[in-house]
Amino acid sequence: MFLVPDIVVRFFHRMASPPHYYALTQRLMPWLVTVFVLLTLAGLYGGLYLAPADYQQGDSYRIIYIHVPAAWMSLFIYMVMAIAGAIGLIWRIKLAEVVAISSAPIGASFTFIALFTGSLWGKPMWGTWWVWDARLTSELILLFLYLGVIGLYGAIDDKKIASKAVAILALVGVVNIPIIHYSVEWWNTLHQGPTVTKMDKPSIHVSMLIPLLLMALSFKSYYLIALMQRSRIELLKRERNSQWVKTMILEADK
Amino acid sequence: MSLEAFFAMGGYAFYVWTSYGVTLCVLLANIIIPIVQRKQFFRQSLKRKR
Repeated sequence: MFLVPDIVVRFFHRMASPPHYYALTQRLMPWLVTVFVLLTLAGLYGGLYLAPADYQQGDSYRIIYIHVPAAWMSLFIYMVMAIAGAIGLIWRIKLAEVVAISSAPIGASFTFIALFTGSLWGKPMWGTWWVWDARLTSELILLFLYLGVIGLYGAIDDKKIASKAVAILALVGVVNIPIIHYSVEWWNTLHQGPTVTKMDKPSIHVSMLIPLLLMALSFKSYYLIALMQRSRIELLKRERNSQWVKTMILEADK
Repeated sequence: MSLEAFFAMGGYAFYVWTSYGVTLCVLLANIIIPIVQRKQFFRQSLKRKR
């Protein structure tokens, strides 16, 4: 630790202190909501109105503007949850534990959205709501991992122990993330391969790509908002006996 | 494009709008649940104090 300048250490301690986090998130919230609303309106306008229909799939392809960003978020949030869990395990930072467990229901929501919209897209295009192919199955396992994390956390009363158990489960589940990502390349699947993240050149027209990226950013900002909302209440519950929460309860009484 | 044609989604209205509708509901729930929990927390904490 002596290699890290004192001011940096103090900065992190201050940022990670629950009352500071609570106040900071309250100040950030209106800005984040503004950014989220603008991104979403622009993304939906571009995706549902400006972008042309697909030459093969017609207008059904417009599900892509929520399906793909939701699927990206389901993986991204899982990694945040696992990394925050690991930080909580190693450095015992309370805020990291709270971020990890607060991410789980949001990640589960995005996983559900990816599966549900995928099903609604699959029916008219593939002729089936569901197939047990590698991509769909590994994404379903992701949903069960999220639900497992939520269930495990709820089942253990001591939240310090619960956080440790949840972090270990989340870290073990990380093995599923590359499986989901590469499933369309490793196995012969009904699900199409990547169109946007191809290294050379995305095989999607720019009029469709821009709203897709706007929606991806919109979902990212939504995650921050939802994470703040969930982590704030989780923090209050965990810190209910500390002075800053007691003061806040007294304030609420007035 | 007419408003009707927009809502018809080239015949895929059910699939497209159900996707968007359910997504909206799920995302809203994630915002509303913490607000309800927060109110509950303060109500219960005050009750315990008395």
